[in-house]
Amino acid sequence: MSTHCTCIHAETCQAGPIGARSCNTCGHGSDRTSDTPVPVETVSRRCAITGALSALVVSHGVLLLLSNNNVAAAKPADQPVSRTIRWGLLVDVTKCAEGCSSCVDACREEHGWTGFGRPATDPQWIRKLFLKDRATGYAVSLPLMCQHCEFPPCVDVCPTGASFRRADGIVLVDRHICIGCRYCMMACPYNARSFVHETPNNQQPHTPRGKGCVESCTLCAHRIDRDRPLACVERCTEIGHQALLFGNLNDPRSEISQRLTIYTSVRVRPDLRTNPGVYYQGL
Amino acid sequence: MTGVCRLLVVLWVMIGCMAPAVTKAGDEPEPLIPKGKGERCVEETGYMRRNHMELLKHQRDETLYKGIRTKRHSLQECIACHTVLGSNGRPVTIASPEHFCNVCHAYVAVTPDCFMCHASTPGPSDPLPFGDSNKGK
Repeated sequence: MSTHCTCIHAETCQAGPIGARSCNTCGHGSDRTSDTPVPVETVSRRCAITGALSALVVSHGVLLLLSNNNVAAAKPADQPVSRTIRWGLLVDVTKCAEGCSSCVDACREEHGWTGFGRPATDPQWIRKLFLKDRATGYAVSLPLMCQHCEFPPCVDVCPTGASFRRADGIVLVDRHICIGCRYCMMACPYNARSFVHETPNNQQPHTPRGKGCVESCTLCAHRIDRDRPLACVERCTEIGHQALLFGNLNDPRSEISQRLTIYTSVRVRPDLRTNPGVYYQGL
Repeated sequence: MTGVCRLLVVLWVMIGCMAPAVTKAGDEPEPLIPKGKGERCVEETGYMRRNHMELLKHQRDETLYKGIRTKRHSLQECIACHTVLGSNGRPVTIASPEHFCNVCHAYVAVTPDCFMCHASTPGPSDPLPFGDSNKGK
């Protein structure tokens, strides 16, 4: 057993002693704080206590409806982003309406990315997926975008350093040094990145876009820095679906952290140990 | 000897005729730089003419990597302040030779690539300058 591993697999984990900072089974590392991956086993255990907490859930749900706490914590414009913050997103799949693409539309309007009727190559910062369990017929609709991983494969493979992770956990592309090799697109397990094939001519001042660069969801970094809610979250809340919740995962008092402690949630492909910042509830 | 003297006289006359053309201010082709919105630029004009690219490059990294979004040296603010309105009353894009950046860069034969990605016109939230008072000096 590795002395580094402190998760529930600690008794069985065979994490190597050299440079081992994470559990071999779930990727849980002792150096990670509140944004540790939630192993599926843990989720199932939580299910057992969900019933006991149902009263609390109901009261909390009412609070969620009453408070629009999606706005980020204030940061002075001249101060750099802090490592103490880890921005995250919680998608409540049960509230995400099938056929609704408001979040996609909001993102498109905010950042000015448009399609050309060529789905294989058109930019797609966020997209709606429809999943159905063939055995049971259980179907869900959910948005998928850059998962803003703690250990992003896109950053690992980038030959120029253009793909990087900001201190507060947002994964971005520096278009000034992106050479458009598209390694990151191949590395991303979530298929979250797009290549700009056409010359854009309707760029928004806050979202520079150019032909020959790779791009993806920026988690509306320009909005976060100005203390405004994300475009997709704002739209989803406006139309009353409330399926998206944004907040600081490192702050145990934040709404998203509190909801994550109450509800079961999963990340996409936790086996890859990328530790995404996007959680899905009800998936 | 006479030939040499004659040559010197001819040269003196030629130089005398040319000198005013070289030194007289206003005769050189100069870019007609549109005036910005405010009273003065964020830095001294001469400094800005020489170093604006360094300021922008510094600011871009501060913004992208650190999330610092101060307005002083932001390209977005440059664009908002130095907007030139076209004949239709809307801000001209970088495609127009009247665009603030184009006026000088065309003069010195430099092609900036900022606007391959960045918007060359202000956003909808940025107030436009009134009329065409910002045209010319």
